[in-house]
Amino acid sequence: MDQRTRLLEAALFAAPRPLALDELAVLDAEATEDDWKKALGELKEHYETGGHGVELVELAHGWQILTLPLFAEAIERAAFAARPTRLSAAALEVLAIVAYRQPVGRAEIEDIRGVSCGGVLRMLQERGLLEVAGRSEGLGRPILYATTPQFLELMGLADLSDLPRTEELAVALRPPQTEP
Amino acid sequence: MTTAGGATGLGGAGGGDGGFVVTLERYSGPLDLLLALIRREEIDIWDIPIARIADQFLQVIHALGLDEAAEYLEMAARLLRIKAQMLLPRRGDEEPWEDPRHELVRRLLEYQQIREIADWLTAAARRRAERYQRGYLPALPEQPPPPLVLDLSELLEAVERVLTMMPDPVIFRVMPRPLDVEGATRRIMERLGERESVGWRELLGERPTITDVLSTLLSLLELARRGLLVIVQRKAFTPPEVARGPAYQAA
Repeated sequence: MDQRTRLLEAALFAAPRPLALDELAVLDAEATEDDWKKALGELKEHYETGGHGVELVELAHGWQILTLPLFAEAIERAAFAARPTRLSAAALEVLAIVAYRQPVGRAEIEDIRGVSCGGVLRMLQERGLLEVAGRSEGLGRPILYATTPQFLELMGLADLSDLPRTEELAVALRPPQTEP
Repeated sequence: MTTAGGATGLGGAGGGDGGFVVTLERYSGPLDLLLALIRREEIDIWDIPIARIADQFLQVIHALGLDEAAEYLEMAARLLRIKAQMLLPRRGDEEPWEDPRHELVRRLLEYQQIREIADWLTAAARRRAERYQRGYLPALPEQPPPPLVLDLSELLEAVERVLTMMPDPVIFRVMPRPLDVEGATRRIMERLGERESVGWRELLGERPTITDVLSTLLSLLELARRGLLVIVQRKAFTPPEVARGPAYQAA
């Protein structure tokens, strides 16, 4: 590995969260985005072919070094790392709606689910999975919600395009009507 | 499907009369319950037998506890309204008939899609949970202490306050009071010569001074260590007794 790839490895190792390309730029002013992409590719290949316990994963608009799923059970058993708590069905439904309809207001979420979900929305905001993305122009200017990078991290997604496309789902639906 | 509110069938367990026993947590909402019913009855979602489903829905929410289930009640009312509309005689063929179930079907399908995505997210989160990132949490950068603001007059005032608060010094004179361990040992051995066991208070004599108590205590411990006596407590909360120890005869 060349010097830049090793620098990349060191930075990813030291960072507490996925690092995005523009964050890497700070490390070396001379390196271009393409240089970093090349280094990322090299490091990824290095982990894949060199017989390592970790791999390079694209996550939440960035890159992070994660342990291989192969060792998940052993690591969990040894309790080196806390497993994230499971979300309730209600919370997952709200996340699903926001992920696909964002930015979206509480009324629309409740309309789709058929139940009020103020408490769930608050919990998801507190856990940093949803954030306020602005206000609607509609009556009362209701708050609109959107997903956060932490949501992507929790779900292991590089970005929102990793979500299944609606036409791939078993239940095909027309796109939401855009009437006022 | 492993999500907590998963529509994995109705809880038919329990109820002796064959009625449903359902907990509210089992369903994440009235649409979830409705979908569960439709799935259980293997009903075509495009042709829902509204009368039958409405009855079953009502049956289930009766078991739910009504005050908790306002949203379920609203859905029940909606189902009954659709049921009534279905019973109305249709007008002639010249006017297109709009199926009163249409809006409900649209909502059900929409909801079912959301459930499907929620399940997908559950699986995605489970896959993600199998990969650990480093457990490293950087320490927060240490904040430098705020600059000290103090002028001389404040300092002098503080000194003044401290000085006035200081009490007059109390001087203690330390008096040597020799402990008489040998005397106490003699006394204890005398008593044990008379009786096999003695209450520990008896060993102190009348009106013992602090010196007497300490001397006796030290002597007792030393004699107990040498096995000349044992200290026993017959019952909880009773005063300890002193008795001849295993090495007593030898003495």
